[in-house]
Amino acid sequence: MAEFIDLVLLAMLALTALRVIFLKDLFAVVMLFGIYSFLSALIFVNLDAVDVAFTEASVGAGISTVLMLVTLALTGRTEKENKRSTVLPLLVVTVTGAALIYGTLDMPPFGDPNNPIHQHVAPRYIEESPKEVGLPNMVTSVLASYRGFDTLGETVVVFSAAIGVIALLGVRRREDLAAEESGFLTHHVLRVVAKMLIPLIILFALYVQFHGDFGPGGGFQAGVIAAAAFILYALVFGLPQAFSVVGAKFLQLMASFGVLLYASVGLYSMFKGGQFLDYSKLAADPVAGQHYGIIIIELGVGITVFAVMLSIFYAFGSQVERSNVK
Amino acid sequence: MLEQHLAVLPIILPLIAAPIALILGRSLLSWGFATLISGLSCFVSWQLLVAALSEGVLSYAVGGWPAPWGIELRVDAANAFVLLAVSAISTLVLIYSKDSIEKEIEKSKHTLFYTAHLLCLAGLTGILITGDAFNLFVFLEISSLATYTLVSLGSDRRCLTAAFRYLVMGTIGATFILIGVGLLYMKTGTLNMLDLASRIHFYESSRTINTGLAFIMVGVSIKLALFPLHMWLPPAYTHAPSAVTAFLASTATKVAVYVMIRFIFTIFGADHVFNEMGMDLILMALAIVAIFKCSYMATVQSNVKTVLAYSSVAQIGYMILGVSLVSVTGLMAGLIHIFNHALMKGALFMAVGAVFYRVGSVDIKAFRGLGKQMPLTMAAFTIAGLSIIGVPLTVGFVSKWYLVTGALEQNNWMIAALVLVGSLLAVVYIGRILEAAYFQKLPEDTDPSTVKEVPWLMLAPMWALVIANIYFGIDTSITTEAASSAAEWLFQNNNVQEVSQ
Repeated sequence: MAEFIDLVLLAMLALTALRVIFLKDLFAVVMLFGIYSFLSALIFVNLDAVDVAFTEASVGAGISTVLMLVTLALTGRTEKENKRSTVLPLLVVTVTGAALIYGTLDMPPFGDPNNPIHQHVAPRYIEESPKEVGLPNMVTSVLASYRGFDTLGETVVVFSAAIGVIALLGVRRREDLAAEESGFLTHHVLRVVAKMLIPLIILFALYVQFHGDFGPGGGFQAGVIAAAAFILYALVFGLPQAFSVVGAKFLQLMASFGVLLYASVGLYSMFKGGQFLDYSKLAADPVAGQHYGIIIIELGVGITVFAVMLSIFYAFGSQVERSNVK
Repeated sequence: MLEQHLAVLPIILPLIAAPIALILGRSLLSWGFATLISGLSCFVSWQLLVAALSEGVLSYAVGGWPAPWGIELRVDAANAFVLLAVSAISTLVLIYSKDSIEKEIEKSKHTLFYTAHLLCLAGLTGILITGDAFNLFVFLEISSLATYTLVSLGSDRRCLTAAFRYLVMGTIGATFILIGVGLLYMKTGTLNMLDLASRIHFYESSRTINTGLAFIMVGVSIKLALFPLHMWLPPAYTHAPSAVTAFLASTATKVAVYVMIRFIFTIFGADHVFNEMGMDLILMALAIVAIFKCSYMATVQSNVKTVLAYSSVAQIGYMILGVSLVSVTGLMAGLIHIFNHALMKGALFMAVGAVFYRVGSVDIKAFRGLGKQMPLTMAAFTIAGLSIIGVPLTVGFVSKWYLVTGALEQNNWMIAALVLVGSLLAVVYIGRILEAAYFQKLPEDTDPSTVKEVPWLMLAPMWALVIANIYFGIDTSITTEAASSAAEWLFQNNNVQEVSQ
């Protein structure tokens, strides 16, 4: 049954991808990208990778769809005619695809428990992590502790993305934005519903943030969900209003603070005589230390991701406002 | 206490400093801070090189988790050598950038420039030191994103197209590397490089592993701008701010060359990649075409930054040519050229940036009569240019010497001759610029009093590199010792017969 569901989902995925290639209406393309992400999320769920599915749904289908829509507000919604020859790109894509298919022919059988990925490092993660790290969710143990350096790196990647967007689009202050015509002033239903939803979304974000140790979730997803709440607020009540709740400069501080919070855990464990990011040294009991460490670094991740996502939205949003004024 | 953490410091110093530089917010303050941090990393890198040369390998288990479960950092002669070059160039470029970016980047973006520079440095050092294939990808992403940002800070609007092009190509390269690492993981169940190396032996004939190898090689080739995947490089180097070009040209592509060497020698094993898959012939052919095609392209450009950018692609050809000889001398020539080319291109791009600072253009016409007006800058340009050509007493000669020796060891006269002919093309493209600077007069409509020497904070790092060009050209013991022990180390350790189950 699982195979059948996979097959159907993969077929839908391929159809979506093909439609994306041939559509000229970029608004529809963005929507299809969202559908593509949801389908991928479903495939991940079917593979029992719920953490990945959660991330894909919140990042791929959620925030990136919103960011692409804001970009469309700046660039227009139809694709420009491409006059260049498509022979070479088609050739490159075909060769790449053929290479990938060639590579799959020797692949370990799908879902076989004797596969190398289940036999080499995984047994320790599965058997020892509840004792060594003490978390029921071993995905979080791997991400935040065993491979915590990767996660620090990924947080810095997100931070770098914000630096890039801010460098290109600049930071605006509240005074620079025209106060009048933004948001949906006349849509009363929308405003009321948004007001009701926003606290719930933030509450859910906090739940995801602090429940990551026990179930799917963690800083990345929580940061994105919290940012979504603020983006909804900015869309309905207007960017100037959102700026007065949390300003763009303050977000830069927050983004930096998240990275520093994460790194400071590493430095502190160095001062306690351990290696960088060795959370066991944070408390007298190593397992308790691991738990403290993971809670703090997840918080760092959440803060940075939230601040960066909102910063990027602000940067694009201010550009849209400015072009509207003109 | 810090000694045991030596291996992790070059990564976390700039990594932690980047957000702090953003918080500091003021141009001068973040400049001083970034330079200080970069200088500290440079000092630590030096310590690491000394330790690696005397003790062999330094291993550091991040988070206290042993490899392959956790992430391991491994410093050996090969990466410590490149690390020192990268962090030294970064420090000099930062000193240089204080005045240089005044004219090229608007004031409000200076802090962002320093933050991005530190992020880029952290990414590059991370790529160099890590002993984990996925961790390498993470740091590659950090350095790439920071690089696109740095390129897009140029004063000319064309830098945006250049950065976008670089972003698209770079992302394809990074994705290919990720696919390759994924395929390796699928087959071996591990991401640690040494562990990968020992387990990959089981499966070397497997299609999945070989497809992984192909994806990684193509991905890295995009990143290091190997002909014909170099098309992103000339526009990016031309339109980026001068300080950025000086930094990237002497570090980013070199680190990618290191990644290729690391994947070939440490993970897949030179025997498999070269003897069984025959990749040395492909690399050699591409390297030779790169040397000639791009040196020729360099001779017909009118923008001096573009000339030097094409020259960079040609010089990368020399490095890959060294690797493709499959000998200790050849690999050593490749490694030594990574270091030496950083010294030459750093100095050259700094000199070009100095010309832009005064004249406001980097067209070859803008160089007319500068030999008299900016004697120190043009003298620096001349010496570094001679080094690119490969004149004795400069580092360029040392690189070419070992490359030719490596070719002759295998009685490969053709390669040796091609290297020498390639140098003649360098005479043409460097000569054109020198001719304009020394044998043509300043255009009549320019007021000579406005075209004078640049501030000493720009001259000092430029001349530090020039002196290094001459010093390491005469006293070759340090560089050759480091490069030869790195090359020998890579060759000895590339066949790990023991298989840990």
